[in-house]
Amino acid sequence: MDTYSWMRELADSWVLLAMFVFFLGVVVWAFRPGSRKDHEESAHLIFRNEKTPAGAGLEEAEK
Amino acid sequence: MWDYVKIVLFGLIALLAAIAANYARDLAYMVHALLIFAIAAGMFIWAVRTTWEEKPAIEVNAEGYMDGVVRYGVVATAFWGVVGFLVGTFIAFQLAFPQLNFQLLGDGIGNFGRLRPLHTSAVIFAFGGNALIATSFYIVQRTSAARLWGGNLAWFVFWGYNLFIILAATGYLLGATQSKEYAEPEWYVDWWLTVVWVAYLLVFLGTIMTRKEKHIYVANWFFLSFIVTVAMLHVVNNLSIPVSLFGSKSVQVFAGVQDAMTQWWYGHNAVGFFLTAGFLGMMYYFVPKQAERPVYSYKLSIIHFWALIFLYIWAGPHHLHYTALPDWASTLGMVFSIVLWMPSWGGMINGLMTLSGAWDKLRTDPIIRMMIVSIGFYGMSTFEGPMMSIRAVNSLSHYTDWTIGHVHSGALGWNGMITFGALYFLVPRLWNRAKLYSLPAVNWHFWLATIGIVLYASSMWVTGIMEGLMWREVDANGFLVNAFADTVSAKFPMYVVRALGGVLYLAGALIMAWNLWMTVRKGEARVPATAAAVAAE
Repeated sequence: MDTYSWMRELADSWVLLAMFVFFLGVVVWAFRPGSRKDHEESAHLIFRNEKTPAGAGLEEAEK
Repeated sequence: MWDYVKIVLFGLIALLAAIAANYARDLAYMVHALLIFAIAAGMFIWAVRTTWEEKPAIEVNAEGYMDGVVRYGVVATAFWGVVGFLVGTFIAFQLAFPQLNFQLLGDGIGNFGRLRPLHTSAVIFAFGGNALIATSFYIVQRTSAARLWGGNLAWFVFWGYNLFIILAATGYLLGATQSKEYAEPEWYVDWWLTVVWVAYLLVFLGTIMTRKEKHIYVANWFFLSFIVTVAMLHVVNNLSIPVSLFGSKSVQVFAGVQDAMTQWWYGHNAVGFFLTAGFLGMMYYFVPKQAERPVYSYKLSIIHFWALIFLYIWAGPHHLHYTALPDWASTLGMVFSIVLWMPSWGGMINGLMTLSGAWDKLRTDPIIRMMIVSIGFYGMSTFEGPMMSIRAVNSLSHYTDWTIGHVHSGALGWNGMITFGALYFLVPRLWNRAKLYSLPAVNWHFWLATIGIVLYASSMWVTGIMEGLMWREVDANGFLVNAFADTVSAKFPMYVVRALGGVLYLAGALIMAWNLWMTVRKGEARVPATAAAVAAE
């Protein structure tokens, strides 16, 4: 089998399956039980460290 | 030690550029070699003059965020935006009034054919690219709680990227182009951009690796996918062999339908990853910040990200319906384009619903209104795009002005408006001002831009569909009814309306530039919070 046909067949069988399973894994991971707290924590991340990096020794102005 | 390396490096570059200018085979190459010679010689003299001098004490606030480069990026974004819109408005008038293709500049320099890539590159790469670099540097620092990694490498990214823009723009005017849409710059400009882009990736990744937050915020995922994918697209689509090391001309490695497919794999993913993923990174930071509430659903944002990047990469073939491309490939592109509708609208809903419970802000805050309208246009053009990718619709819409209208409702509406919102958000913070100089001016900008887009998009729908129908119209004997020139003259009134829409959009951008300038110059400084406020823990 030449390289093109081999890659073509690999792409529309195993690689397709692998990518689809990966994507389903992402969905399951996002909706896993007990993840709400983590997601909420992540979503609020942008409201910290607006002026200075964490632990730079400079006092955060807004508290 | 590093100072000596710098002197040698700049001297060598200046020397090589001077040699290249001497042997140059075409005008564009010579101008570019002279430009690089001038820059390198200037840097050489500066390096020689400063090397043996006493170094000033270490930079103040080397611990804090690195915002100088973001400030420069904001200025560059506003500047290139105005330039890009101005050129765009001018070429819109050229299409309506061909007399405007002035021959004063000689040799076609002011022609539509050379100004058009100047316009597209100025708005996408200069305005959009500077906005992406500046906002990604701002956001990655705040969400990683760490200073930009790599010290002055970030400055190299900023100046290197803007040098790329100058080289690209002057190249188009002087006739150096490899004729690939949105990838027009010739080989040495491509090589330079590759170097700059790798540096960009290093700065961004380095900052994420040294982050103090446990989680990598979703905006950074979008930015990272944008940087990585654009690197891949850029390298593959620009595989070409220079005819001479002393000339700008190069020959593509791919040919025929492979070249066409590579080009539109690049072209559509430039839309998908440069103009969509990167700007979604902005959306996921600035909309929640301006609304002062977290994003509607963080779960949805994760699924939005993975679905978008898995699907977008396949959509390119829809640009090549009814060509030498095999049917299966264009069907694949069409199907993925339609499936793409889902993550796009998922992202739109996520952005819009971030405002749920705070819809009154739309009335009081013109900046949030700008961002929300931008998300609205995102939703609109990500509905229109899949529809146009359907083969039957494409047979009517392709090669007509409908495509141009679609691109502009996405670019002016989505990319433009979210960038304006980001600039209005950033300038008071970066220059430490209490607020913007004028909120009514933001309102004016909002309405001028919105009405401008409406005029633009609706006139292009009308001419696009009209022209598509005229092209396919046949009489009872199967002969075509209309000559091409008939469609051109029928389009005239809509071309004038489109150009007026451009004038309104440009006027809005000028008001923004003035407003931002006045905010920096005249705005009152932010009052520093007193230490007494800390007690509330």
